[in-house]
Amino acid sequence: MLRDAAEGTTVADYSWPEPDRRGQIGRGPARLDGAVKSTGFARYPSDRNPPGLLAAKILTCPHAHARVVRIDTAAAEAIPGVRVVQVIQGEGSEIQWAGDEVAAVAAETDDIARDALRAIQVEYEVLPHFVTEEHRERAPVAEPGSERTDGDPDAAFASAHRTVEQTLGMPQMAHMCLEPHGQVASWDGDELEVHASTQAVSTLAGQFASELGIPATQVRIRTEYMGGGFGSKFSPDRWGIVGAELAREAGAPVKLFLDRDQEVSVAGSRPSAFARVRVAADEQGRLVAWDSDSWGSGGLPGAGQTPLPYVFSRLPNRRLRHTSVPTNLAGARAWRAPNHPQACFLTMASLDDLANELDLDPIEFLDRNLEFTGRADVYREELGIAAGMAGWKERWQPRKRSRDSALQRGLGVSIHTWGGRGHASNCDVTVHADGAVEARIGSQDIGTGTRTIVAQVLAETFGLELPQVRVSLGDNRFPQSGPSGGSSTVGGVSASTRRAAQDALREVLARVAPELGAAPEELAAAGGRVFVEGEPSRSMSWTEAASRIGGAPVSAQGRNPGPGRLISSGVGGVQIAEVEVDMETGVVHVERMIAVQDCGLIVNRRLAESQVHGGLIMGVGYALFEEWIPDPVTGRLLNADMEFYKLAGLLDVGSLEVHMMTGPGYDERGVIGLGEPPVISPGAAISNAVANAIGVRVPYLPLTPDRVLDALAGRGGIA
Amino acid sequence: MSDEAKGSGFSRRSFLRGGAAGALSGGLAAGLLPEDAAAAAAPKDVDGVPTVGPGPVEVELEVNGVVRRLEAEPRVTLLDALRDHLDTTGPKRVCDRGACGACTVLEDGHPIYACSRLLIESAGRSITTVEGLGSPDAMHEVQQAFVENDAQQCGYCTPGFVVAAAALLARNPRPGEREIEAGLGGNFCRCGTYMGILGVVGAPGHAAGRSGGDHGG
Ligand code: FES
Ligand code: FES
Repeated sequence: MLRDAAEGTTVADYSWPEPDRRGQIGRGPARLDGAVKSTGFARYPSDRNPPGLLAAKILTCPHAHARVVRIDTAAAEAIPGVRVVQVIQGEGSEIQWAGDEVAAVAAETDDIARDALRAIQVEYEVLPHFVTEEHRERAPVAEPGSERTDGDPDAAFASAHRTVEQTLGMPQMAHMCLEPHGQVASWDGDELEVHASTQAVSTLAGQFASELGIPATQVRIRTEYMGGGFGSKFSPDRWGIVGAELAREAGAPVKLFLDRDQEVSVAGSRPSAFARVRVAADEQGRLVAWDSDSWGSGGLPGAGQTPLPYVFSRLPNRRLRHTSVPTNLAGARAWRAPNHPQACFLTMASLDDLANELDLDPIEFLDRNLEFTGRADVYREELGIAAGMAGWKERWQPRKRSRDSALQRGLGVSIHTWGGRGHASNCDVTVHADGAVEARIGSQDIGTGTRTIVAQVLAETFGLELPQVRVSLGDNRFPQSGPSGGSSTVGGVSASTRRAAQDALREVLARVAPELGAAPEELAAAGGRVFVEGEPSRSMSWTEAASRIGGAPVSAQGRNPGPGRLISSGVGGVQIAEVEVDMETGVVHVERMIAVQDCGLIVNRRLAESQVHGGLIMGVGYALFEEWIPDPVTGRLLNADMEFYKLAGLLDVGSLEVHMMTGPGYDERGVIGLGEPPVISPGAAISNAVANAIGVRVPYLPLTPDRVLDALAGRGGIA
Repeated sequence: MSDEAKGSGFSRRSFLRGGAAGALSGGLAAGLLPEDAAAAAAPKDVDGVPTVGPGPVEVELEVNGVVRRLEAEPRVTLLDALRDHLDTTGPKRVCDRGACGACTVLEDGHPIYACSRLLIESAGRSITTVEGLGSPDAMHEVQQAFVENDAQQCGYCTPGFVVAAAALLARNPRPGEREIEAGLGGNFCRCGTYMGILGVVGAPGHAAGRSGGDHGG
């Protein structure tokens, strides 16, 4: 226990156990919900079928820009089995993107609801649209942002040894959550219960309440499982509010989940990013200046400046200009590591080309410039490890200029950073007299393993095994915990749980201390027993100890932020890609990805590796396959589906090798989030590997065969 | 159309009356046309073509070992029937058009996309969903392997992958890359669980396999 001088009270010492005393932390137990997920017994929000359930569907606007002139729902209302028809955007509404919601129907079955949508007559006045922001010169509205200059880039460029300049870019892409956005809403009087596919269990109720005009105390949110969010599921969305309204009007529960075309078109995309980049180095291969004129779009809201130059943010001479280009497409949402994959690609591809101009090995070039980053030591250590894993020294060769063979291999490298500090979180831990231990926390497990992490922290603290503890989450009646975004969950929940658990344990120890003839702070819990430190014979089983607490359970609430060094933020990572390119067809295959990643103290090694694998695989997806393809003529997406919007498949991803930085220098930093970092570098690393393989830069992601062949033919720049 | 489907020989209707045991013998032609199944639902003759619907028809099929009877419009897909009518929600609706594999179920032992099959096409058939392979307390070895290989994150693609992997491994306990591509290439995961899944099917270089690996460290 420590004395808090300011308060004059005793505050507890909250910390993680020393490495040799860890029972759970750092191990790799299987995720607790693996069995229910693998057997299909897990009930996702979209799986709920309460009695009397109605199915709801949404009529969307087929035009990218239009005004609703007339809408007639009479025929739809007359269809047997149709219960409610609601106009969402009525006559006079101006619609700004194809796929925006115009009307909704609740009916007895999905098929009847679809019949009703077809029966709704809408007359539109079609207005001009713009959906192809890579041609920013054609944009009807473009908002030049502020220009910012640091140092003297002009002088630095003038005296530089080597300069490269080119235009690079990557288009908008979709979140493509497999469980679409949506919810089952049901009313009991004026109490609303929503089973929502959300990343934000604790914050949704207030948003539903204000839209629906009821107190937030009357809104219950439940999310036991959910099928992926990646940054796109933080709000109730219009379809959430409409679903609740339909349920209220119909007097029956309503299930409303988006169809796949809506999901792809309106329920989440990552902004595009394009830039004319100029970057220069001196004779020693040290960066001297950066100049970028960037633009991008996240649909109607446009898109802000990405953090350029990425990672090398201490580069002294630089000029940044940015133009936000609004389009008639649905607004972008936070996509796993917002802005970072784009900034990483624009920067690391430029630096890779500069290294090539300098005749330098790109790893050597990065290494010479690490003092411009915030984590030089970490990157240096990671670059060494990654290079070793890749056999870089023996296998890397300068860019190939010959086409001696139809299949060319190449290696590419990229580095990235992220914050990942734990969010605000509260957790209740209860110890029952039978020894059962439970944590209740208003968080959500979006697939990262939050449930398992909380259980491990509980078991660690009480010296128990995982089956002896219980975790309840996914309910806004539990203590509020932050939304799962920005890799903030693992830090938030592990810290709040640890504090609550340590407090509850101390309470139990205080009750049994007299019996063991020791002071409470001399006691410890491990291996299912409570014992006097250093004298394991003076002990009792956990069950015995818990039985001494009497009738009322012991319970404690832990918070984050709070005292003690449990979490931290700021990580660095290095990735190396190895590709094979077919020079005749332009097809790129990723042979191998190496990820070296720091994330502080790892709670579950297996889940951590799975997060990195997931990031790499999503990265291969956006590097090679994924893009929104808007049709300039109709303004609609040409690939709002899963046939032509390609996700990486099982055998597209090559072999993935992960090295997590652990041990001294890393562990003592505490827990740091890991969801975002590994998805940042793949686009850059793979693009660099392709340039290394074929001798020229393909300036655009994804690296589709046509773009590769264009680059080989000396065509295909952007602007 | 085969003779048996027309009602001569092995009659679909008599089969249905007699229970589902025959379905498991695999004696029926795969890929029956909707008209065939209509025998179960009092077909009308329209221009000499037996026709059901558009109103609801009665259909009987076996789901996870239990004979289920339901009334549904002929346009209802097997997937919607399972999920919405029979509350069998393991199979997921993701693309709803045969492009993702999340709805994969076994029909008479063969993996199919339930979103791309009409319920009436599956009349009289035996359907096994992921729930029918095992339960959390008594997992199928493939399900166990999914847990041990951490082959699920959000888990929404998992039911389809489990069924497809079980079918693949039943056909070929040691599939090579080509067989894996053929068996699982129609399933997609957004969270990126492919390393675990390759471990489940014992792909070369993906260690754990079905015996699982101690990752306890
Ligand atoms: S839902 Fe059936 S294949 Fe996608
Ligand atoms: S585990 Fe989330 S989609 Fe596969």
